[in-house]
Amino acid sequence: MTKQDKSSPIRIPMPLRYGINLALIVGLWAVFLALIQNGIITNYWNGILIMVGINMILATSLNVATGYLGQLPLGHAGFMAVGAYAGGIFMKSTPAADLIAEGNTAAALPYVLAALLISALIAGVFGLIIGIPALRLKGDYLAIITLGFGEIIRVVLTNIDNVLGFKFTYGAAGLKRIPKFSTFTLVFVCVVLCCGMIHMLMKSRHGRAILSIRENEIAAESVGMPVTFYKTLAFVFSAMLAGVAGCLYAGYLGSLYPSTFKFMKSIEILVMVVLGGMGSMLGSILSAGVLTVLPELLRSVADYRMVAYSLVLVLMMIFRPKGLLGGYDFSMSRLLEKVLNALFRRQPKNKQEGGAADERAEE
Amino acid sequence: MDWLSLAFSQIVNGLQAGSVYALVALGYSMVYGIILLLNFAHGDIIMVGAYTAFYAMTAFHLHPVVSVVLAVLVSTALGVFVEKVAYTPLRSAPRLSLLITAIGISFLLENGAQLLFGADTKSMDPMVRGGIRLGTTTVSFAAIITIIVSVIAMAALSLLVRRTKLGKAMRAVSEDMGAAQLMGISLNKTISFTFAVGSALAGIGSVLYLCAYPQASPTMGSMLGLKAFVAAVLGGIGSIPGAMLGGFAIGLLEAIVSAVGLSEWKDGVVFAVLIVVLLVKPTGILGKKITEKV
Repeated sequence: MTKQDKSSPIRIPMPLRYGINLALIVGLWAVFLALIQNGIITNYWNGILIMVGINMILATSLNVATGYLGQLPLGHAGFMAVGAYAGGIFMKSTPAADLIAEGNTAAALPYVLAALLISALIAGVFGLIIGIPALRLKGDYLAIITLGFGEIIRVVLTNIDNVLGFKFTYGAAGLKRIPKFSTFTLVFVCVVLCCGMIHMLMKSRHGRAILSIRENEIAAESVGMPVTFYKTLAFVFSAMLAGVAGCLYAGYLGSLYPSTFKFMKSIEILVMVVLGGMGSMLGSILSAGVLTVLPELLRSVADYRMVAYSLVLVLMMIFRPKGLLGGYDFSMSRLLEKVLNALFRRQPKNKQEGGAADERAEE
Repeated sequence: MDWLSLAFSQIVNGLQAGSVYALVALGYSMVYGIILLLNFAHGDIIMVGAYTAFYAMTAFHLHPVVSVVLAVLVSTALGVFVEKVAYTPLRSAPRLSLLITAIGISFLLENGAQLLFGADTKSMDPMVRGGIRLGTTTVSFAAIITIIVSVIAMAALSLLVRRTKLGKAMRAVSEDMGAAQLMGISLNKTISFTFAVGSALAGIGSVLYLCAYPQASPTMGSMLGLKAFVAAVLGGIGSIPGAMLGGFAIGLLEAIVSAVGLSEWKDGVVFAVLIVVLLVKPTGILGKKITEKV
């Protein structure tokens, strides 16, 4: 024990870990903002950055249900659609449109926050309605029932106006002239908050319970875990975040069409999760970024995009079913500790589970 | 008298669509029964079969019968090929991986077809014309042929599964894969054979679909496949008579929904039926209850 001073590895204490991560996030945001304001990041690329952020939220939220809970919901686009329409209709009905048109974004902020909250809540309610019956089933049945619900949401969005007889979703013609409230900063903050919330959930005892259901549902149930409760919790949480992403999407494009939220969209999100590695947040974030930016760079071969996506799915499952990163999650503090230890030549005795937040990964 | 003839023609329409669903549902049901895989790519095999028949008749001017045989052969070969390339390497993998692979194959076929043949719908002259007048309504020959062919195919399948050695092997593998292997049944052969039979039925289904709606598009298989899957679940997945029953039920249901003027809601209603079935009786009408072992 006397040797402890020399041989024990350097560890960064807990509050400092969060401090480092927070500083890095703020720094990252400042760098991007400066680049946007100086015009180095053009308007076109600013839009792509916003789409990257939205896809990051979608991928990480699906990762909660697929990677951590171990189920395969195929209706994620449905929740996104619910969030998008809820946010879009709310924003259209408030005076926020005029405020944003005048450039008075600060005054519109409460409305934007309310829209995000409403989207999350309504998508969460839909997640609950769908989740309670769907989660009674397993595997393939769960996949097909969520697919069915996703399609029903789309059919309803397309046809509800004809039935009710008033202008609500505007059917296939599309919901237009939604105020464009999604700025880079708003999306950035949302991505950070979403990833932070997922991280905190997964590190808590509730998160451990969700992981135990993935590993062995029967064993989890037999040690007294309320399996149904945790399955529903993870599913609703995932749906709520998808709703937030949908709301940001509505505020970015300004118009919504039911045909956007087809089964294909759900599969696109699934590809992001599978490629990055089911159960790895960093994997979802990175692959969402790459799979959003890459098609923009490769416009000339855009026709082959979906073929490539589907090939990626099949090849990944056959050759590397855990995804590119597997279950690996990045921790800035762990990396710093390693560097420090290497610098001062201290060999860590046993591998420490890095408990630090990896919000750093939100780039 | 008018509503009676309307009802009659809607029932015939429903039976015609239902027999296509039933043929496709059989493929789903057999594959699910044997390796517990929801073969998402099954619907897209129909699409490939339809394109084969379409090009054989329009571009190469082959005789319809030759084209039909060609379509069935191509579908069968494709089904077995997909099984060998994509599903066999994953036989011991988790179910989730297998399911994602199936989705991947389905999208690969759809988007591949879109690249090869274009995204537009290709129309052709109807293969079968005319019909029989029955009182005030006309029953088209296409409907009669569809119903007769599918009934023959289903009868042949029942005989195959019940009376032949391969059918016995299929039933054994679906009951207990390990025990069947110990009894000297070749798993690979049996599973490939199941895929071949299922895909051949899908090929027949594709030709019958072309009889009813003489057009082919890259995405025609996905919705048809999903509805056929609903039919298989409704009848009880893994059960052959159940798949037939479910197919006809879904076809008739669609005809009824269209007849009351809600044809835009058709897809929604079919999926609603699926959800109700899964909640009320997840084993379907004729399915067996499976108790899960710890």
